Amino acid sequence: MGAGHSHALFVHRDSPVHALAPEVKITASVLFTVAVVATPREALWAFGGYLVVIVAVAFTARIGLGWLALRSLIELPFILFAFALPFLGHGERVHWLGLSLSVDGLYGAWNIVAKGTLGVLSSLLLAGTTTPRDLLLGLDRLRCPTMITQIATFMLRYLDVLAAEGRRMRIAQRSRGYDPRFLWQIKGFASGIGALFLRAFERGERVYLAMVSRGYEGRIPLSLAGAGATARQWAAAAPVPVVAGAIATVALLG
Amino acid sequence: MTPSLRVTGLHFAYPDGHVALRGVDLTVPQGERVALLGPNGAGKTTFVLHLNGINTATGGGVEVGGLAVDPRDRTGLKEVRRRVGIVFQDPDDQLFMPTVAEDVAFGPANLGLRGAELAERVDEALAAVGMGAVRDRAPHHLSFGQRRRVAVATVLAMRPEILVLDEPSSNLDPASRRELAGILRSLPVTLLMVTHDLPYALELCPRAVILDEGRIVADGPTRELLADADLLERHRLELPFGYTVTA
Repeated sequence: MGAGHSHALFVHRDSPVHALAPEVKITASVLFTVAVVATPREALWAFGGYLVVIVAVAFTARIGLGWLALRSLIELPFILFAFALPFLGHGERVHWLGLSLSVDGLYGAWNIVAKGTLGVLSSLLLAGTTTPRDLLLGLDRLRCPTMITQIATFMLRYLDVLAAEGRRMRIAQRSRGYDPRFLWQIKGFASGIGALFLRAFERGERVYLAMVSRGYEGRIPLSLAGAGATARQWAAAAPVPVVAGAIATVALLG
Repeated sequence: MTPSLRVTGLHFAYPDGHVALRGVDLTVPQGERVALLGPNGAGKTTFVLHLNGINTATGGGVEVGGLAVDPRDRTGLKEVRRRVGIVFQDPDDQLFMPTVAEDVAFGPANLGLRGAELAERVDEALAAVGMGAVRDRAPHHLSFGQRRRVAVATVLAMRPEILVLDEPSSNLDPASRRELAGILRSLPVTLLMVTHDLPYALELCPRAVILDEGRIVADGPTRELLADADLLERHRLELPFGYTVTA
């Protein structure tokens, strides 16, 4: 089958972090990020502390730092703006290698880059140790609205089906000599997207019929999912938010 | 004994006025395997969606194991949907949960089963189609033949009175097709198989009915129907090249 694996970010390992219940990891990751964001940008040492926490978790999860570094490149387009800040900022300026840089702008850039990177790293650790399926399960157990988890569940299931359909359609187009290279040639591509949308829409209706035929009444029963996190699991994950919280508190008071 | 399915004078017109069914009568006794044959556009799928109350008849009625299908009666409808297990043509439409086991559990969980009882149903249904080994896999990682078998398991898990299969042999390679036939033959359940795969109907179903232009136009032993070349031709049905049936 040509269907790809939808859990591209998941790293198969046997580690204590992988074994934790998803809701525990989601909570720890969110609290960690909140602590990072709440930290004043001038407390440079605090961000070093957060990085130590990240490295410690990555080590426990047996996820390579190279893997993390490579995947975190995804944030680049989002922080490009940060590199302009030192040149655009006002106020006090410092001179470095013949460049005149704004101090405020430097802090602004640092703020975006440091917090963004730490946020991305913590999300990557979560994604690397938790399958998308388990993430949804965790969100459901954390009382995330079922409407959202249901939509995400379907997306997870049908993204591959849709991608395969799109691929087949594209192969069929290319087989008939259509291979757009430039913007003004994309008419066929655009109508392909339209056709794909219609097909997805029709499939949605058929899936719904199949669900109703098996007694669907608006709620997907998650009864096979087993028990949620134990107190021991919560305790095992607690050091991450506790340490991050402590760092943030000291930085805020200091 | 109450028949598994009794359809009387079923009539259905789409909201745009197009009449799809013009008085269908069909009775299927318990344990029988019946093929519903008909060309494309004969109203086969429309008919099937009446059996569990998804389509609402504009005339006539359907009874499943003695229980009348009434779309306004919500509790009755739930029981009807348990009794009628429809296996749709495209397994990707039927299998929408992240893992095979969860998908098989979907139906019985909707019926209120939980815990050990639910797990037992799932194991039982997967074992019946020989798919126990893939229970934790994602449906899209299975072959097409495997997906179709899992789709059969998803409705078997509801312990239906009658199993309704929409084109069960479509897109299957010969080996998967033969394996599925073996599984279907082994199931102790009433079977209605909607198809235009005539050899498959002959292989599995002793009795066949032909639906054309919204009516049942023939009803009898499958072999006799397929041996009647005039009858087949009148209703746009054809045996594969080189294939002959004698009564």
